[in-house]
Amino acid sequence: MLADALLLQLGYNATLVTIGAALLGIASGVAGTFLFLRKRALVSDAISHATLPGVGLAFVAMVAMGGEGRSLIGLLLGAGVSAAFGLLCVQWLTDRTRLGEDAAIGAVLSVFFGFGVVILTVVQTMNAGRQAGLEGFLLGSTAGMLRSDAILLAVSAALVLLLVVILRRPLGLAAFDPDYAEAAGWSLPRVDLAMMGIVLVVTVVGLKVVGLILIVALLIVPPVTARFWTERADHVVIIAGIVGGVSGYAGAAASAVAPALPTGPIVVLVGFGIFLFSLLLSPGRGVLASVLTHLRYQRRVHVRQGLLALAQGQPIYEVLTRRLLERRGLMLPDGVPTPAGQAAASKALLDETRWAIVRGDQAFALAAMRYDGLTPIEDVLTPDQLVEVDGKIATPQVVA
Amino acid sequence: MMGTEFVALSLPPILIGVLVAVACALPGNFLLLRRQALIGDAISHVVLPGIVVAFLLTGMVATGPMLLGAAAAAVLAVVAIEAVRRLGRIEAGAAMGVIFTAMFAGGVLLLEQSDTSNVHLDVEHALYGNLESLIWLDATGWASLLDPAALAGLPVELSRMALALIVITMFLVIFWRPIALSTFDEGFARGLGIRTGPLGLALVIMSAIAAVAAFDAVGSIIVIAMFICPPAAARMMTNRLGRQVAWSVLFAVLAAVSGYVLAGYGPLWIGANASVSAAGMIATMSGIILGITALFGPHRSSSS
Repeated sequence: MLADALLLQLGYNATLVTIGAALLGIASGVAGTFLFLRKRALVSDAISHATLPGVGLAFVAMVAMGGEGRSLIGLLLGAGVSAAFGLLCVQWLTDRTRLGEDAAIGAVLSVFFGFGVVILTVVQTMNAGRQAGLEGFLLGSTAGMLRSDAILLAVSAALVLLLVVILRRPLGLAAFDPDYAEAAGWSLPRVDLAMMGIVLVVTVVGLKVVGLILIVALLIVPPVTARFWTERADHVVIIAGIVGGVSGYAGAAASAVAPALPTGPIVVLVGFGIFLFSLLLSPGRGVLASVLTHLRYQRRVHVRQGLLALAQGQPIYEVLTRRLLERRGLMLPDGVPTPAGQAAASKALLDETRWAIVRGDQAFALAAMRYDGLTPIEDVLTPDQLVEVDGKIATPQVVA
Repeated sequence: MMGTEFVALSLPPILIGVLVAVACALPGNFLLLRRQALIGDAISHVVLPGIVVAFLLTGMVATGPMLLGAAAAAVLAVVAIEAVRRLGRIEAGAAMGVIFTAMFAGGVLLLEQSDTSNVHLDVEHALYGNLESLIWLDATGWASLLDPAALAGLPVELSRMALALIVITMFLVIFWRPIALSTFDEGFARGLGIRTGPLGLALVIMSAIAAVAAFDAVGSIIVIAMFICPPAAARMMTNRLGRQVAWSVLFAVLAAVSGYVLAGYGPLWIGANASVSAAGMIATMSGIILGITALFGPHRSSSS
């Protein structure tokens, strides 16, 4: 069944929704990257919570005008308007009062959400409101969507993605290098406005898929995950898009199989699974890789110190050092160096002596900065320089 | 309306609302000044999975295990956020966003998967709470306030919230000076020998106690709103910490009382016949107070 859903075999509506969710995921992954790099990730939390009163008021307004009140496009328009108002409030509180952005975000998200709940309780008392299904906007519900709604979702998700692709250059510049973006003639406030506009549209389109409580995850998790895999700016954007797309796709497909479950949590947990995998196992920045690097470094330090001790004929008591030296065939169990160990030890001592000269000489100040007690000096200096250094090694001299 | 009915139906929820508001606003002042305002947001989201797991483990809706579960989840979240921030070298806000959404999502799925149809445990309840249902059936009028038998029938949430408020107040009174110092100048506080790390963690734990105790009664919206809005509004009124805390308590009480009254009686005044969500209305009122102080407060801009 899940395989069918993943292969888009569950009928036209489910297929449209799944594709729409995937497109939305890509768009939010990319837009989220810019947001994340501008360090404004949580602003999207305020935006998404601020949609609730709009949804409720739009429903009330549509019923008051004699409609059924469940038109998705009307509800989403209402959501967009109130989200924009919420965003303005965050902006105003941050710019014009002494509050920090975090406080402004928290205030706006809780107050708008609270007001939205008030409106929802009003809706529940209306005759038309009993089956309004507005709760689906809290956690997302894509199962059993109308054909028209599914089309609306897929088309608007595609449009958002198109918008992100068109605006990727100024957004990327402003995110990665704001100073350069300004010098290149982009107005930063306007680029930020465009970014917030895109985030707003992603949020509104995502309401029905992920729900307003959790859509912030679709904007944050992909870029954070992508950062583990690459140091290159353009690659972060692409990987974030892929992570977001996979989350949206798998979440919507799983939800088509289990209609009782809200879609949002599934989408978020798929994304979080990818994040966890990256946190633990990605090469370079992952936890496992970091641990391995640390252990390797630790062993190098121990071997080096052990060799220096051997070269100076000092006994070694430290257990790890002894074991490492023995395992490498540099030292016998009784603490006597093997021939290979003797060679390595005198090499280490020579290296250390040369470093001491280099670090004591202003002329080598730049090279001396690379001293870490491990790097062989041949990696830093040319053979010519080494000859010069060797000339300065103090040899026993007859005192006149 | 001011007699029996009021004491039985409105007095306990109003009192609980006030206690919740004050208990959250007090630590909120320091979170706000330390630029940790969103910790309240994160804590109130992760309380849900804690409660659900506690319910699944014990199989019953009992206060003790649920509070323990919620507290454990809050601590786990704080640790996980810190771990993600350090291990992944990720900015604090983003780390928070990753952890609390994932934990909330996990809580929702567990809740939907498990058979909780016979208990009042659902996502809406977690978000909005149910302040209106905390009524005092034993009350027969104002005289009941002096009647020990009737007092025993007060909602347990009332005494629990009062206890939480007492603990938080004691903590702040005892550690007032070190907390104030470390909030404004952490380096100086450390120079005086104050251990700022454990102190900051203790503050977060106090916030978690407030959030967890309040959660069952009023849901997470009020909790977030009360952590941030009254202290933020108070900040517009004064530059002095002591006065700011006093203002925030005043605003919290004002929001709780006016919000409850407006939610319960407001719709009647305009001719409707049903009440609206008290939790939502209290959050809304706190926002209106913040809006007014942000427009007219004497110390609203950063320069003054």
